Amino acid sequence: MSTTLEQPATTPAAPLPAPVPGPRRRLRGERSRAASAALHGTLVLAALVAVFPVVFLVFVSLRGRSGWTHPTEFSGFSLTNYTQVLTETSFTTWFVNSLVLAAGTTVLGVAIAASAGYAVSRMRFPGHRPLMWVFLIVQMFPVAVLIVPLYNILGSMRLLDSYAGLIITYCSVSVPFCAWMLKGYFDTIPVDIDEAGRVDGLTPFGTFWRLILPLARPGLAVTAFYTFLTAWAEVAFATQFLSSEEMYTLSVGLQTFISQQKAEWGLLTASAVLITVPAGLVFFFAQKHLVAGLTAGGTKG
Amino acid sequence: MTTAVTKSGSAPERPRTGLLSRIRRSFDTHWYAWAMVLPVVVVIGVLVGYPLGRGILLSFTDANEANIGRTIGVNHIPATYEFVGLDNYWNVLSGQEGNFYPRLLWTVVWTASCVLLHYTVGLGLALLLNRPMRFRALYRVLLILPWAVPAFVAAFAWRLMFNSEYGVFNALLAGVGVSPVDWLGDPLMQKVAVVAVNVWLGVPFMMVAILGGLQSIPAELHEAAEMDGASPWQRFRNVILPGLRPVSSTVILLGTIWTFNMFPIIYLVIGQGASSESEILVTYAYRLAFQGVRDYAGSATYGILILSLLLVFSVFYRRMLDRQEATR
Repeated sequence: MSTTLEQPATTPAAPLPAPVPGPRRRLRGERSRAASAALHGTLVLAALVAVFPVVFLVFVSLRGRSGWTHPTEFSGFSLTNYTQVLTETSFTTWFVNSLVLAAGTTVLGVAIAASAGYAVSRMRFPGHRPLMWVFLIVQMFPVAVLIVPLYNILGSMRLLDSYAGLIITYCSVSVPFCAWMLKGYFDTIPVDIDEAGRVDGLTPFGTFWRLILPLARPGLAVTAFYTFLTAWAEVAFATQFLSSEEMYTLSVGLQTFISQQKAEWGLLTASAVLITVPAGLVFFFAQKHLVAGLTAGGTKG
Repeated sequence: MTTAVTKSGSAPERPRTGLLSRIRRSFDTHWYAWAMVLPVVVVIGVLVGYPLGRGILLSFTDANEANIGRTIGVNHIPATYEFVGLDNYWNVLSGQEGNFYPRLLWTVVWTASCVLLHYTVGLGLALLLNRPMRFRALYRVLLILPWAVPAFVAAFAWRLMFNSEYGVFNALLAGVGVSPVDWLGDPLMQKVAVVAVNVWLGVPFMMVAILGGLQSIPAELHEAAEMDGASPWQRFRNVILPGLRPVSSTVILLGTIWTFNMFPIIYLVIGQGASSESEILVTYAYRLAFQGVRDYAGSATYGILILSLLLVFSVFYRRMLDRQEATR
């Protein structure tokens, strides 16, 4: 891949023997010292900004109950926040609730949406365009559009304050999202593969199931991951739909740590770290698939 | 290529040529496609279509907490709200209700600044990362880290850092002799703060998406441009940007929609205190529905209005893209 694109630092700092063309120029892919320093400098700075809030969370969480009031001191390290969160609060219950909800939403979303994503990507059929529009339009739904009707409907079905109610609610967002995302990934897989499958006598569904789905694994991973994170971090619905403390998800439960009456930032940061760890783990497993050449080896190899 | 298989039972004879076989073939193809999209259509119809219909209906009524039907224990209290026609919309759009236009203005500013920063920073970082160098994998993992942090956790973390008494930013400012800033109290600073949080949170997604787009640009194009003596800027303008078009148009559209509806950041960073100027339309509508006397109809009206705004925007956006495509 090419290099040396728009590096402002290069021009003044690299004294090329300019008028002499050809062999005296730097080789392709090489860069001058200054350009290299600028590149790494920028990236280090950006990485620091990206990492700082997370590091700060960990730092505060390790400093005991009132450590957060002295954010610039380096003393009083202890694990009391963690032990307290795990033993004296409902953190573990909330954690399990969030996990069940997020996993349920992800599995349902991907399972329901995958075949539709494929159909929309490969087949032209009456209703194709409207369906694409629906997928897109549902992405635009503000929380406020569905929350009141869903609240009333689920209330009359007595599904408020339950796993089922929230998973149903989350699926209203995740199913169209997954279909939309997967359609995009299926689009990047060459149609030649489908045609080869058909020539070999596979049905359209067989092509989808045996050829395209395995090839789309990175896409499935990204979609599943994103859906998981969305459900895991959902605030608006969970805050209103869950009313008993043993049904709270993490995003609702954590709000109880800081209110007008109290500010248990120690507990909050400790739980925040504990929450980010599993998300981070899922993330590290998914991340090598995030960008990896989606169709690499498909038609080329 | 087609299909026309596996319907063994229902297709006993196969016309060999002509119109009939074409119809049959297309029927089979569509049958397949419809079967494959059926689960999604059902789910969307039940989970989105039906509540949406109820929402639209509610926006034409004066429903609130007191007059909506509900069941307490074994007693069922019937709904007594009335149909009021377009009154809700008129109240909101004529400015009588007084909150719509200020909230709308701030929502637009918020969305535009967030998406612009997301895209430019994401593009810049993706360009930097898309070249061979040492520690590349490490940089990438570190830069994607904010994406792995759930939005509500990030909101709490930043709220702690912005804390006016004990926050780390004010502590650092005090260290260099600047007087503390009331990050979450002052209306302007509130806005700066929420934009900062959202940018921090949203850049990794853009970066990853754009990086994927960059890597899908064939190396031959770069080489050809270099051979032709294109300057870095020219290559950026004429190779990279056009190559990124499909990715860019999608992520910008999605980013705009997500930011416009971004709930947790505003709700959790600023807190749920009484009316604050930094509320966007969505959080305001949410507060209408669930705080004080629950104004279900008002909230539904706001919801429908937000949705219409986004619809109009995306239609124009698509038109614009099509027109650009046509003039190319």
